[in-house]
Order: sequence, then C-alpha cells, then structure tokens
Amino acid sequence: MPGKLKSPKELEALHKKLAKGLETDKARVSVCNGTACRPYGSNPVVEAFKAAIDKKGLADKVEFKVTGCHGFCERGPIAIVEPGNIFYQKIKPEDVPEILDKTVLNKQVISRLLFKEPITKAEITAQADLPFYKNQRRIILGNNVRIDPTNIEDYISIGGYSALAKALFDYQPTQIIDIVKQSGLRGRGGGGFTTGVKWESCRNAHGDIKYVIVNADEGDPGAYANEGLLTGNPHSVLEGLIIGAFAIGSHQGYIYVRNEYPLALKNITNAMEQARKLGLLGKNILGSGFDFDVRVNRGGGAFICGESTALMASLEGKVGEPRAKYTHTVEKGLWDRPSDLNNVETWANIPLIINNGADWFKKIGTPTNTGTKIFSLTGKVNNTGLVEVPMGIQLRDIIFNIGGGIREGKKFKAVQTGGPSGGCLPESMLDMPVDFDALTKVGSMMGSGGMIVMDENNCMVDIAKYYLSFLEEESCGKCVPCREGIKRMRQILNDITSGAGKESDLPLLEEVGHCLRDSALCQLGGSAPNPVLTTMQYFREEYIEHIKLKKCRAGVCKDLITFSITEEKCPDCGMCVKACPAEAITAVGKRKPVVLDQAKCIKCRTCYEVCKLGAVKIE
Amino acid sequence: MSELVTLSINGNKYTAEKGQYILQVARAHGIKIPSLCNLDAVEPYGACRLCIVEITRENRKRIVTSCLFPVEEGLIVETDSPRVIGNRKMLLDLLLARCSENKVIRQLADEYGIEKSSFEKEYWTKENCIVCGLCARVCEQVVGVSAISLVNRGITKGPASPYLESAKACIGCGSCFYACPTGAIKMEDKEGYRYIYNWRIKYKLQKCTICGIEWAPEKQLEYIRKKWNLPKGFFDVCPNCR
Repeated sequence: MPGKLKSPKELEALHKKLAKGLETDKARVSVCNGTACRPYGSNPVVEAFKAAIDKKGLADKVEFKVTGCHGFCERGPIAIVEPGNIFYQKIKPEDVPEILDKTVLNKQVISRLLFKEPITKAEITAQADLPFYKNQRRIILGNNVRIDPTNIEDYISIGGYSALAKALFDYQPTQIIDIVKQSGLRGRGGGGFTTGVKWESCRNAHGDIKYVIVNADEGDPGAYANEGLLTGNPHSVLEGLIIGAFAIGSHQGYIYVRNEYPLALKNITNAMEQARKLGLLGKNILGSGFDFDVRVNRGGGAFICGESTALMASLEGKVGEPRAKYTHTVEKGLWDRPSDLNNVETWANIPLIINNGADWFKKIGTPTNTGTKIFSLTGKVNNTGLVEVPMGIQLRDIIFNIGGGIREGKKFKAVQTGGPSGGCLPESMLDMPVDFDALTKVGSMMGSGGMIVMDENNCMVDIAKYYLSFLEEESCGKCVPCREGIKRMRQILNDITSGAGKESDLPLLEEVGHCLRDSALCQLGGSAPNPVLTTMQYFREEYIEHIKLKKCRAGVCKDLITFSITEEKCPDCGMCVKACPAEAITAVGKRKPVVLDQAKCIKCRTCYEVCKLGAVKIE
Repeated sequence: MSELVTLSINGNKYTAEKGQYILQVARAHGIKIPSLCNLDAVEPYGACRLCIVEITRENRKRIVTSCLFPVEEGLIVETDSPRVIGNRKMLLDLLLARCSENKVIRQLADEYGIEKSSFEKEYWTKENCIVCGLCARVCEQVVGVSAISLVNRGITKGPASPYLESAKACIGCGSCFYACPTGAIKMEDKEGYRYIYNWRIKYKLQKCTICGIEWAPEKQLEYIRKKWNLPKGFFDVCPNCR
C-alpha cells in the first residue's frame, strides 16, 4: 500500500492509477460473501473460485473479487460475471470450474444457474434486468458489488474519498452544512430529522470539544441494512463521518456497532486502520491541517442502546438508559458535550451529496423526502433481501415488483414497517407512498428500514403479541408506562389469543396504548403500542373473532384451533405418523386414513407442514 | 442573578429563573402536581411520569414531564388538562396493578377516583417498589457511597445490592429508607443493631456515653468522621447530650 497521502493531488493521482487498473480486458467475477450469503455456503464457493483460478492458471485472465452484500439474499450464494453483467444464483462449489471454463473463458451462459422468473419461468441473464434490481435505485448499496470491502484501494479506484478532499479543500464547513441542508437529507435511523439542521445546531452549540457518532446498533428483528452497508462498504460510512466532523468542528468520532455484527466490526475496524495509513484519518488529513480520529465501541446486546441518549450513556460506560431529550444531544450529548449522532445510512449518503451536489440528490425521491432508503425486505415475499428504493415509492412496488409477490401464491395480508414498534398496514394501503411522513400518519413508521411481509397464515393478534413480548424484554424498565404498560398489554393479548379475551379488553388496550404514546420517556415506549393499535385499527375483525367466536382464522393461536385428518384425502402415507413428536397420530391399517388423538395433540403444526396432500385440516 | 422568564401555569402568570424546572416553579407557588420519583436533593430522573403536564409551544400542544422540562419565556403550562388527567389516571392504574396493596399508591388512586385497577385481578402483584431509583440515586448523589444500584432490565428491573449479597459499601445511614416514596425499604433498629433488610446489612449502633441512647450506626459515624477529618471519639456523645 502507498504511504500517507499529503494532498488532494496525491489522492487524485492514486485514484487515476487505480482506476486505470479497472480498464482491463480481464473478466471479472464478484462473489457476495455478505452475512446472509455465508450460511448459504458462500465461503466454500469463494474458496473453490480461488483454488480453481490457481489450478487453471487464470490469474492473468480473471479478476476475482470477494465483496459484501449484493442484496438479493434469497438467492445466495450469488456471483456476477463481467463483461455481460451475468447473474448467477444459488451457486455451489462444484459449479465453479464450469463458470470459469464456460462463462469466463468462452462467454457462454450457464442457464442452470440463472434466475428464473417465478411465474413465466423465463430466464434472466443480466443482473440489471432482474425485477429485483431493475426497480431499485441503488445509489448507496450499488457499490457493494464493485469493491472488496477489506481493500481501501478498491474504494479509491471508484472515486472514494474524493468527496472528502472536495469538502476539506473546496468548501468552508458552513458551506458543507448548507449543501447537506439543501439536499433535504433526513435522518435514516427513523427519526427523519433534517440532517443539515442537526449538524448546524451542533456546530453552533457552545463548547470546544464536540463529538460525532455513528449509530450502528441496528437491533430491529429482521433488519440488517446497516449491517449490509458497514460490512460491504465501510469506507463510505467513514468518509461521510469525516466530512461531517469537519463541518461540525469535531475531532473525535465514535462508531457504536452491536457486537452481534462481527463481520461489520471487523470490516470497519480494518477500514479505519487502512484510512489512517493513507493519511485519510488521524492528524492533518490529506495535508489540510484538520485532525480527526475515531473509535469503535461494541454494543452489549441491548435493543434500547439504539436510542441516541441510551447509546451515549452506554458509550460513557453507564447503563444504557435513555434520558429526556428536552435539552438536545447536539447541545449536551456524550459527556455533556455537543454531539451529533447519525445512522450508518445517513453517513453513507454524505459523500454522494458532496460529490454530486444537493440538486442531484433532490431529484431522487419526493420534495420533502429526498434520496433513497434501504429496506430489509423479509417475511413471506418471494425475493427477500436488501432493497434500496427512491423515497415515495409505493409499498406495492416494493412488495410485488421488487419482492416478487407472496410466497406459494398465498394472499397478502399485512406489511409491517419500521421494526418491532412499527405498525402493520393492510392491503388497502399498498398504494401509499413510502416516506417518513406518510408512514407516521397511518400509525406506522420508517424506523431503520425493516419491512416484514405477512400472508394469510399470520394471525395479527399473535403478531402484535410477539412484538410486545420483544419490547417487554427490551424495555430498559426506567419509566412506568413502558415497563408496566407493555407488560399489561401483552398479558391482555395473551388472554385474547388463549380464548380468555373479553370485549372490554379492546378499549383498555387502546387506553394503555395512548398513555404510552403520550407519557413514555423515550421513543421505544412511545412507539411500542404501534403494532397493537394498528392491528386493532386495520384488522379489528380478527380481534373480535378471537374474543367472541374463540376463533383464529390464520390457524396460529393454539388454544383456539384443532387439528383433524380429512379422511378422503389421506392415503395413509405415514409421513405425519413419523413426524408427530407427541405420537398423537397412529396408522390403523393399509390404505386406511390415519387417526389423530386430540388428547395427545400438542398443536405443533408438524403434521400440517409435512402433509403434501392437504389432508390435515386446521379449524 | 440569572435571567428571568415569564410563564403561565393554569392561566396564571409566574416569573421564574431560566433553567428551573416546571415542577419546581409550580411547587414554589403552591400548585400541586403529583410526583413520586422527584426529590429536591437529587437530579430529576423522570421515571414515575406522574408529574406530566401539557405545554403549548409555537401553537403545538404536547405532554412533558414537569420535573425535567426547563421553563422558558412564554411557556404555557396546564397541570390538569383532560389529556393530562387521562394519562395520569392510566399511570396510576398501572401502578395499582403492580402495587395492589401499597398505601401511598392507594391514596393517590383515591385522589383520582380510581376504585380498582382495570387490569385482570389475577395479574396483580403486591410489590411496594415502583423502581423510581430514588434509593440508589440518593445513595450515589447525596451519601456518595453508591452501595446499591438498579439492576436488570425491563420488567425485572429493580434496586439491589451488588450480587444480591450484603451491600459492603453501605454505611447504614438509612437515606434510602427515608427517600423511598412508597415504603418499599424495610429498616429497623433493634437490640443494638441497625438492619436494612433490602440490602442485607446489620450494623452495630453507637451508644451515647452520656445518655446511653443508640443513635446511629458506628459505620456511618466512622464514615462521616473520616470524611470531615474529625478527632477520634467525636461521635461518642449523641447530638442531644453534646
């Protein structure tokens, strides 16, 4: 690696040299080795590529890149072969020699490994043509495919750190703040507060020592957008942070990463070391005279530490408890000093805004919600993964065009946005634009970009109960409404799902919910009733069925359902008999339907799942 | 003298020092706002939420905790608006379900006309502690020994001695006992010893060499004597006989 860069000219020279290296005739294979692809077996695929390239002596002919998350996690392990933008999915190590021989050396496409459109079964060759990618706007995540996140030269080769040079040498700090303000960028952690205004308040706050903080304590169940960014393109976050520090007048930053993200921790730590070696971090950055350094802190597994004041308490070494924000953290934050905290995704937007200008950024999205937003699309959709879309896109576009609709042809029921304390929205709201204000208006929220899709087999009362149990455990317990209120609401929902619900439960749930919204100390408590209140609002009939008819239409609530065998459909294949863990099903003779003993049945659903003929009925 | 601001509470105008909290100003003028976790001797904490009030700022109404909200020029405060009362009643309802036999909570609930908790009786508990943290905060901020703290998270949170063993740093002063708003701390002086059962301590009491009264734990007196550099035997005599 070259030594310290002492001026923007030296950075530009390095960029030119590295960019030239990209203009080769060499084929390029980039394999996703992100956190989601690894359990699918991407590591053995990477090893197979390395071994085969070595064995075949192809090092001169092909450039092999191991990258961070490509986004289409459903189809991992994934590889893209250039030229041709050929997208291979669900690759196994034994496919690797064939990819090299056929595609890399002879430009033949292996149709077996292509993505097939679930309905038309048409094969799609290019990544850019896949419905999953075609309908996205991947300004932040797009670079993940192009770079090895452990190598700073890759990032510089595609223009990395040029925004930092521009910020340090072409602009005054206040000009940078103006640009960020003009861009309309709003905090991606969920609050949606205008980033430029936040920076300005922090810059204007009294005090010599100021801090900038990256919030990477992404704890929402099912959300991993921050992880994908920090793992796949750590330098983009770091570059944004340094620019922000310069604009605010801070010389010390902190990156708070949850310890459950080992790969993100490793990659960001490595990125910091490399940036320091190149003089992009530390004293006298690029010869500008500006000093800034950063430390990584690991979270200890508390969901509440994603809340800004709790995160700062945790950084100080105290118990991660939030405090009232009547005095803002930009005035009195970490160690009572002015502190600016932004989400990973917010920081990653900064280099793009500085390089391309506020006007470019404002053209993406809607006038009050500019830019893109990354969502972790999970649940019952065909194409799960990380998706980046322009703000203001309709929910329907995300779920049906990008997500490819509901699995197994089932019917869409609800989508939950914004993590455990987001709301569940019904089908009638699918044409709603996805932005901070619209989601809040209908009782949900943007949160940090979780998006969980549910189908007809999800019971909405049970879903509400699930999220409350999560929040009950994760509440810090400091204030009465959150600690006591969530517990009581969960108890009521327990009653309803076990058949002991009363009609008076519904107004009581609403009353507790509204009390939490009004009087809880922080946003965890304030938003905790969202899953209950929205499911009660949009799926009230399910609550009433549970209470009055003691019926769960989704067949989820164990106390309200029974399993039975539809005799005419059962050919005595014995699958359920073998699978039943309670030995509740017995075979009574050849070709005779099996018998299910209700007294022994533990309602675990195993028979229902294994029966391929639909002979198990849930009522 | 610091800057003065004028604010309105329940329609009346008051002058206060900038930086004071709403609750302080209201109490100074005899306006009653209920609160359990607030004590002048320690920093406000905002746990019980009973002191919520409704404020109007820039034509927007919102609920804030008066123990933590600093007053400002032109602030409009309502301490008993329908929204405040509704929320406060629910908070008391929740506390009543937790502390179903506690006298302090019972009395507050009576004041707000709550006969019994709205939640299912089978889920009620007989706690006395509302986890306001006053015991631990007083121990840290006033006494300065931090012998106890709040432990655990969420519904299991509560004050405790380290590892639930005898609190070694405790000097037996009983500040926690006096600060506790709901009588959740059990302290007793008997047969020459002070017991604080919550923190599993038993300390010998000092006997006055003149009147013979057992007037404070020896450990507490020794702590004060060392802190203020007082001569040995300074506390042999009780304050009454001195």
